[in-house]
Amino acid sequence: MEALTWTGSVAFLNPILIVAVGLLAISVAAWVATSLFTAGARPVTGADGTITLAGNPTAIVGLGVRMAFVATSAVILAYIVLGLAMGTSAGIVGGISQQFTPVWISLVALFALSLGFKRKLGLYGKLFDSPIGMIGFGIVMFWVFTAIFASLDMIATHDALSQVSGMKNKVPGTPLRGASEGDYQWYLLGGDNLARDVFSRMVKGSTEVLKYAPLATLFAFMVGITLGLPAGYFGGRLDTFLSFLANLILAFPVILLFYLLVTPEIVETGLPQYMAVVLFSFPLIFSGVLLHSRFKTQPSKNLTYLAIVLVPLFLLYMSLINSAGSKIDFWPLDFFEIPGGVLVVFVSVVFVNSPTVFRIVRGLALDIKTRDYVAAAQTRGESTWYIMLWEILPNVRGPLIVDFCLRIGYTIILLGTLGFFGLGLPPESPDWGSTINDGRKLLSIYLHPALPPAFALMSLVLGLNLLADGLREESLKD
Amino acid sequence: MGLFILRRSAVMLLTALCLTFIVFALTNLYPNLEKLAKTQGNFRMSDEAVASWLDGNGYSQPTPVKYGQWLGVLPGWTLETDDGIKGRCISGLVTAEAAADAPRFCGILQGDWGYSTRFKKDVGSIIETRLGNTGFLMMWVLILMVPSALILGILAGMREGSVLDRSLSTVSIATTATPEYVSGVIFIAIFTSSTVGLKWFKGTATAAMETPTFENFFLPVLTIALYGMGYIARMTRASMTEVMTAQYIRTARLKGVSFPNIVVKHALRNALIAPFTVILLQIPWLLNGVVIVESLFNYKGFGWALVEAAGNNDIELLLAISVVSVVVVLLTQLISDIGYVFLNPRIRIS
Repeated sequence: MEALTWTGSVAFLNPILIVAVGLLAISVAAWVATSLFTAGARPVTGADGTITLAGNPTAIVGLGVRMAFVATSAVILAYIVLGLAMGTSAGIVGGISQQFTPVWISLVALFALSLGFKRKLGLYGKLFDSPIGMIGFGIVMFWVFTAIFASLDMIATHDALSQVSGMKNKVPGTPLRGASEGDYQWYLLGGDNLARDVFSRMVKGSTEVLKYAPLATLFAFMVGITLGLPAGYFGGRLDTFLSFLANLILAFPVILLFYLLVTPEIVETGLPQYMAVVLFSFPLIFSGVLLHSRFKTQPSKNLTYLAIVLVPLFLLYMSLINSAGSKIDFWPLDFFEIPGGVLVVFVSVVFVNSPTVFRIVRGLALDIKTRDYVAAAQTRGESTWYIMLWEILPNVRGPLIVDFCLRIGYTIILLGTLGFFGLGLPPESPDWGSTINDGRKLLSIYLHPALPPAFALMSLVLGLNLLADGLREESLKD
Repeated sequence: MGLFILRRSAVMLLTALCLTFIVFALTNLYPNLEKLAKTQGNFRMSDEAVASWLDGNGYSQPTPVKYGQWLGVLPGWTLETDDGIKGRCISGLVTAEAAADAPRFCGILQGDWGYSTRFKKDVGSIIETRLGNTGFLMMWVLILMVPSALILGILAGMREGSVLDRSLSTVSIATTATPEYVSGVIFIAIFTSSTVGLKWFKGTATAAMETPTFENFFLPVLTIALYGMGYIARMTRASMTEVMTAQYIRTARLKGVSFPNIVVKHALRNALIAPFTVILLQIPWLLNGVVIVESLFNYKGFGWALVEAAGNNDIELLLAISVVSVVVVLLTQLISDIGYVFLNPRIRIS
């Protein structure tokens, strides 16, 4: 087996790409410069009374930018499509592109469906009106699909944990030494300092990251909403007390808190489990109160709904906090085991995130509670929890959804920080923070182990930020 | 105003007390103490040996008592052994007469920050040197970050929706999406490694503690500054776009004032009120970046001391670090509130 080059037989595309990117850079610079020094397009009234926009240098350069952008995208698309068809004969790029085949198919299907039905899809459909939002959504969904397919063992070329002798710190495209018939023949992005495949670890890492981050953010939102709504709505002593607590947690340097909470010694004391008992009870409280406040006038319906929602949640909750051989171990129906390290990471990330969510929800509730529809509900004699959860909460969903996207990104950064300091998650875990930490030690000699997870993390967080920006823009329009 | 500052200071004190107590309680949990005993004594200590080591060094008292001693409101512990007396306020073993001369109280109220078990030095002197290093780093971060963020935000915000706005906003989103450990790794890879071959900068900043030069100090500064910059730039942009739609700007336009004059003379001053708060509140956030960057570039400052202290359960050093960081957080909040009143005469503090 020969070592792979980066682009293999599609190398003829490289000069085209360089030219296209160069043109794009030049035209963007010119675009910015002209927009700084010339006036914008000005409307001109024609002789027949119609109004047209007068062309100016900015518009012309803008056209150039658009064409250069289309050209660059076309070349990149060509790499992907050719790679998809030719596989490793199109070099490392081709090999990677072919490995991602299920992701490309799902992305194309998702975008085709969404664009087709975008007028019927509410805010989600409107997202496709904003180019920024669409790019962000595309990047996020790329990683979501990667995570899903990687967990089904479809994308990774090798096992993320197995070491192959002779592959230590090998450069990208090195053929696998002693590969048998069924194995993938190359290390596409090289091997790390323990001779594991960097590409597979990056792909598997996306599963790790996307398994924890959205869920932790969701829990933080449950905590923040359940405490923030009453704090903002009632005000007074409750508000003072809860705000003091939130400020107390926010005054902690995050890393100090992580170092104090996420150590094996602390796991031994059972503290993370006690925190889990408190923090994980919020989804139960939240959904219970949510349903009860709505349906309490219809007792039979109320009971059914509560039973449908609360019984599974309660079983989940009990299995979550119970762990055989630890401080809390009394529940016979323990369906699954969460390793102590993962639980403590999860709990501390929720713990760090919830005060900020609390402050946002509290501020929004303070603003909304003076509205007329709240007064109307009060006059109707609705219960306070009904007003909070069914009148105020749906009306603050816009900012909350935007913040949710941003906060997933922030949670990913926090998880990466934990991995970077080697806290919590097991050391061989393929999550991006740990991989970056592994790779940085030899960074001045070997670049390839640290860079793929770094770029992966950056692109996912960037995608989430762009998505949030697009959502904000579109939700402000109506 | 005086009352406001007084009240805020009281809240500050309460927060600092609660926080240090939490840190104290967490570091004094038994498994942590056991680890401390084993790192200080030897790793193969039996349970009895651990217990006697803890007894001999005053760690087995109840946590509130120990906390009181650390604060300096309770007299420090003493222990009579066959060879003499040792205690919190006494260094080493001394005779009964010398022990009687030693001060009874020695906590932070008396200015005694305790003794670092990791560095075998007074915590006060460690904090002083490490904070000095970090202060120098932070100074350059602020010098780089604040002007560039403000310029970015003002340029983006002066014509909302324009090309310039779109491009600069994308840049600032990109910088907020790149945490320090990612940008730092990328910078080290591009600018210092032998593979890429640029070698413009040094990959470690250890030498920068003695002789900071552009070559060894710029990358850590840039790494911290970039992550914080995007947020400030976006806030400045928001504030600038709001000001640019104000009535008095329209009036100025209609009077025929040129656009650069409008931006610099009319809009700028009002647009900079909100970023002032944001910048101050960003300082505690920079602390996180400092910890990451100092470990990444091996610059022995405050963040590095935090990692070392936390990794070795160095209780008194950790407490001193949390006191310092809490004071930084609360002080910046206080200054931002007070400064806001001075900058914006429409706000009154009651």
